[in-house]
Amino acid sequence: MNASWLVVATLAWRNLWRNYRRTLIILATITLGVWSMIFMSALMRGMVDEIVRNGLETLPGEVQVHAPAYRRDPSVVNSMAMPDGDFLQALGESPVVAWAARVRVPAVISSERDSRGVVLLGVDPSAESALGSAPDNLVEGRFLLGVDDKGVVIGASLAKRLETSLGKRIVLMSQNPDNDVADRGARIVGIYKARLPGTEDIYVYAGRAATQKMLAMGEQISEVAVTADDYRAVQSWYPNILEAAGDELEVLPWTALDTFLSSMLAVQDGFALVFMVVVFLALSFGLVNTLVMAVFERVREIGLMLALGMKPALIIGQVLVESLYLLGLGLAAGNIIAYVSIRALENGIDISSVAQGMEMMSMSPVLYPALRFSDMLMSTAVVIVLGLAASLLPAWKASRLDPVKALTKT
Amino acid sequence: MNVTAVLAWRNLWRHKRRTWLTVGAMIFCNILLVFLISLQLGSYQMMIDNTLSAFSGHIQIQHSAYNEEQKMYQNVPAVAQLANTVRAALGNEANVAARGVAFALASSEERSFGIQLAGVQPKFESQVSTFPGLINHGRYLADSHAPEIVIGAILAQNLKVAVGDELTFIGSGLDGSFAAGVATVVGIVETGFAEVDRAVAEVPLAWFQEVFAMGESGHSVVIRLPALDSVEPAVARLQKVLADDPILAGAGLSVLDWNVLEPGLKQAIKSDMVSAWFMYAVLILLVAFSVLNTQLMSVLERTREFGVMLALGTRPATLAKLVGLETFVMSCLGMGLGVLLGGLLSFYLSYSGFYYPGMEEMAQKFNLPDRMYPQVSLLSLLWGPAIVFLGAMLAAIYPATRLFGLRPVAAMRAV
Repeated sequence: MNASWLVVATLAWRNLWRNYRRTLIILATITLGVWSMIFMSALMRGMVDEIVRNGLETLPGEVQVHAPAYRRDPSVVNSMAMPDGDFLQALGESPVVAWAARVRVPAVISSERDSRGVVLLGVDPSAESALGSAPDNLVEGRFLLGVDDKGVVIGASLAKRLETSLGKRIVLMSQNPDNDVADRGARIVGIYKARLPGTEDIYVYAGRAATQKMLAMGEQISEVAVTADDYRAVQSWYPNILEAAGDELEVLPWTALDTFLSSMLAVQDGFALVFMVVVFLALSFGLVNTLVMAVFERVREIGLMLALGMKPALIIGQVLVESLYLLGLGLAAGNIIAYVSIRALENGIDISSVAQGMEMMSMSPVLYPALRFSDMLMSTAVVIVLGLAASLLPAWKASRLDPVKALTKT
Repeated sequence: MNVTAVLAWRNLWRHKRRTWLTVGAMIFCNILLVFLISLQLGSYQMMIDNTLSAFSGHIQIQHSAYNEEQKMYQNVPAVAQLANTVRAALGNEANVAARGVAFALASSEERSFGIQLAGVQPKFESQVSTFPGLINHGRYLADSHAPEIVIGAILAQNLKVAVGDELTFIGSGLDGSFAAGVATVVGIVETGFAEVDRAVAEVPLAWFQEVFAMGESGHSVVIRLPALDSVEPAVARLQKVLADDPILAGAGLSVLDWNVLEPGLKQAIKSDMVSAWFMYAVLILLVAFSVLNTQLMSVLERTREFGVMLALGTRPATLAKLVGLETFVMSCLGMGLGVLLGGLLSFYLSYSGFYYPGMEEMAQKFNLPDRMYPQVSLLSLLWGPAIVFLGAMLAAIYPATRLFGLRPVAAMRAV
């Protein structure tokens, strides 16, 4: 039995190279197909990663805790106490790597020239840095030094709109819990640039204690943002925080906070598979065609083998092995080329010519393809499984040939 | 020629299955292309229409620096009068409205928010923007002088106001003076798009000009046209109107089309187009390879036959024409059936709509409804298939050139 399969394998290999032009063309087809599957998936992954990362940066954190009414009505009235007890302890446990308590209220910022509506963030600078939500590109000045810092840090685009600059004074206005106007003057100590220019216009950073004082809200805060540095794993630790925070607070993972991001991720996996199957279908016509031809031109030969007593199962095997060789070689080449081409683009693809269009999707002007082992595996699975399925028909037909008729065919 | 055609036709059906598989690859690819391109063009059209008809219009006349900097002093003098001039210049087709924009701190009894306030002409605004039609509580603005305001649903929720409540505004006037006013909420707009519902705040233009000490001036004249292709001639006409009028010419105004007003729109479409064509190119190449393989096989297996024909005096060019003709017939079959089936599919979906689970969120981001409707046009039907056709014909070149190297005697002896 073993020996006969060895013969089949050898025969299939030699048959492959009897018509080397055809074999090379079909190999090129499979290679191109496999390459496009992996390359396209890597581009899409890169895109979605980027969108999610940018989204989480502005959220920030993978889990946020608020007073129940805050998200519908982001006012200073709907505040919460600083975490303590079980909640504070849960924030210190692995896998949580950082958390930050922040005041976040709508406000108006005025320079002597102009006014704009913004979101005022009262932050603890060291906690924000740990969370990764402090602006990472300060073009002028410095970031806040502590919760008591009296200065503010604003975006470069906002500074331009307000016709103000580093060191100048601005006035912040919001409301206190009694709905009286709360305001204070502050000096601009830093100007940042964001990955998405849109956020530069919106977020103004100030020290948390200084902001609490201005808003007369005592030690209260608006939100706690928590991160564990892996947005895909959030479901595993989010329940701990939920339980520890108690019933009085609303605890939500990013998938619920930003439904756009989570639906992007969900759609993407489905779409990658759809794309792979579509590409495969397009190349399956060529594959089946090749096998049909290979069988057709060997009808007499197959008839002879059958007449000599070769089992039909071995004929099926022979065609399938031939197909497997093609698929295997094409997969290997496709994977290698995909790997090399993606590595070559590792430093990012410049798409700044359509930067504003990309910003509509919260993407930055550089696209980093993300090669995933799972995508290579998925494309391999799709190609092998569907490829063998497509080869079954020609193989089966070959095994059902009538030896006598086949032998006498001209 | 006739003999060649008959030969080509018969040759094709010598290997029925192979021919159909090759044609099948083309049909498959063409159906997919027709469907996807129809879907794309349909959604682009909708994206452009929805975005532009919401607020920005197709064209705006503004102070040259206003679009970039949005400063209050970069204004359009006698804005309502300019709107009338524009209306007269463009005729009945165009809808024109004047606007003013200012930033203000809006306070209700319980809440305060910084908002962007738009002063609009109630009579004309509903012709350039869809917001007035989306009022779901109360009514739209009526009188140009009344202290009334229409706001978005989320803004209303945040300010904790309902129809009939009062809002106080504090801001600064054009001359830098302190500006304050009180207006009654008469209507609430709910578009379903969070960003819009959070931002809309419209008051009558005349009242706006009074409160913010704007005099007769405003910030833009908005023009909505019936179709995208009338934008270019309209821009040219408006530029001429501005240049010919001695007063307007000196006011530093410019005519901006939708590409400038919504720069992200065209780029989003462009980037989507590029990534989609990457996928299409792969499909088309795969089909071309398939054709190449088939034609090469059919040439190689006929070596002896071709040898005989050459020996009988047929010129190699005629043989090449034969192979080309075979490919042509296959391509025509693939194109005809592909366009027919793809067209039927897209046509059906253009009525029933197409839905991909999980797409709603993404659609919202681009001002699209949950259901997508492909748009069947001559372009969407033929664009993809024409390239498949071309690809298939190009693929036949290599097999055809092999014929020129054939030596009759050797070819007749080939196995």
